[in-house]
Amino acid sequence: MKTISLAKVRDQIKDLVQEANFVLQDDVLAVVKEMEKKEESPAGKEVFCQILQNAEIAKGEKLGLCQDTGLAVYFVEIGEDVKLKKDGGLKSLREAITEGTRLGYGEGYLRKSVVEDPVRRKNTGDNTPAYIHWELVPGDTFKLTFVAKGGGAENMSAIRMFAPAAGLEGIEDFVVETADKGGSNPCPPIIVGVGVGGNFEYAALLAKKALLRKPLGSHNPDPFYSDVEKRLLERINKLGIGPQGMGGRITALAVHVESFPCHIASMPAAVNIQCHSHRVMSFEM
Amino acid sequence: MAEHRITTPVTDDVIAKMKAGDRVYITGYLLCGRDSAHKKLVDLIKEGKELPIDIKGQLIYYVGPTPARPGKAIGSAGPTTSYRMDSYAPILHSLGLKGSIGKGSRSKEVKEAMMKHKAVYLASVGGAGALISKSIESSDIVAYPELGPEAIRRVKVKDFPCIVINDMYGGDLYEEGKKKYRIA
Repeated sequence: MKTISLAKVRDQIKDLVQEANFVLQDDVLAVVKEMEKKEESPAGKEVFCQILQNAEIAKGEKLGLCQDTGLAVYFVEIGEDVKLKKDGGLKSLREAITEGTRLGYGEGYLRKSVVEDPVRRKNTGDNTPAYIHWELVPGDTFKLTFVAKGGGAENMSAIRMFAPAAGLEGIEDFVVETADKGGSNPCPPIIVGVGVGGNFEYAALLAKKALLRKPLGSHNPDPFYSDVEKRLLERINKLGIGPQGMGGRITALAVHVESFPCHIASMPAAVNIQCHSHRVMSFEM
Repeated sequence: MAEHRITTPVTDDVIAKMKAGDRVYITGYLLCGRDSAHKKLVDLIKEGKELPIDIKGQLIYYVGPTPARPGKAIGSAGPTTSYRMDSYAPILHSLGLKGSIGKGSRSKEVKEAMMKHKAVYLASVGGAGALISKSIESSDIVAYPELGPEAIRRVKVKDFPCIVINDMYGGDLYEEGKKKYRIA
């Protein structure tokens, strides 16, 4: 039995959301630098150069890498043997995550990008609620992953419920088509998270989880899906959209695919688009 | 590709010189606004009321910055995706707005309005908000403070870097760039 202090969770999150928004992580930097070498268009090369300069300034001055510091999205893996200590005036894990988000976005001068109702659109003023996905796991694990998910790239995402007859070809065409339609909008070079299988909501969640894979650009352990990822990256980078859509060889930095069993009648596929400012960080307790 | 150093407000002669793909460095003042502010402005126009800001000869930057740290002019301040302002842009151009700055492609209606009213669409680098903030010297909220990050601001800029995406002749850098590098 492991005991986790809610006050410590809150405090770690407060720091985590800031660091993720200020510091472009090493795995992302490595992919950006590798892809910069492959870019041929002068405008595209300059965009890569500005992405790297921006990362330096953001880190040095504790400024948001992007002004869209995102919805605060969390994936929490919590062991069945974990006991929560309700300290620091916090009554639940949700409250600890919410408070950490509120404090971090305030203290870090991060943008408050949440409206309390999708139609009436009044800003909540503190970037809450947090968007939390829970996973109960055996043992005493406590792992929390944060992603600052901007609106521009999220808006270019898509889901489709295929008939099984569409096959792998149908899925791959859909992914490429989604990247093509997104064009210059989602801040290319993009990262593409693909969820195949499950059902309607599982597919979308798989696509988001695919984005979280570390290090960026690593491949699915299943050689079948690893090949799909390589093929999709190659196809998307033939679209010509290029960095910021100004034309070039590098439209995507990476494609990650995750799969899950599904119904005999279905073959769902979801594509979650992420911008080059890929802000994902985790901690374990 | 030509390079233009321009100051605001902008005249038709300056707009006429800009071609898709050209670099532009802006010095002067930019208006800043995004989704909610555009809706409010266009609602006022439809009701025949006066706008809280003068848009004639101006450029509008689609941005919702992060809050400024103490002693700083502004926080991170890169462009937001422009198509969300497509339904509002043509009427603003018809009233004398000379251009917009954002990222991502524009609708046919906006491109036509820019050709008709002599205006341009410029892009700055999305996701480079920290770098872009270095070109902004001051920032004041001039309307709708209640919108928080979506309030209308007036920012003073020096050599603010952009690229012309759509010029008043129908040129489109996104279309041309993609065509040049597309394989298959």
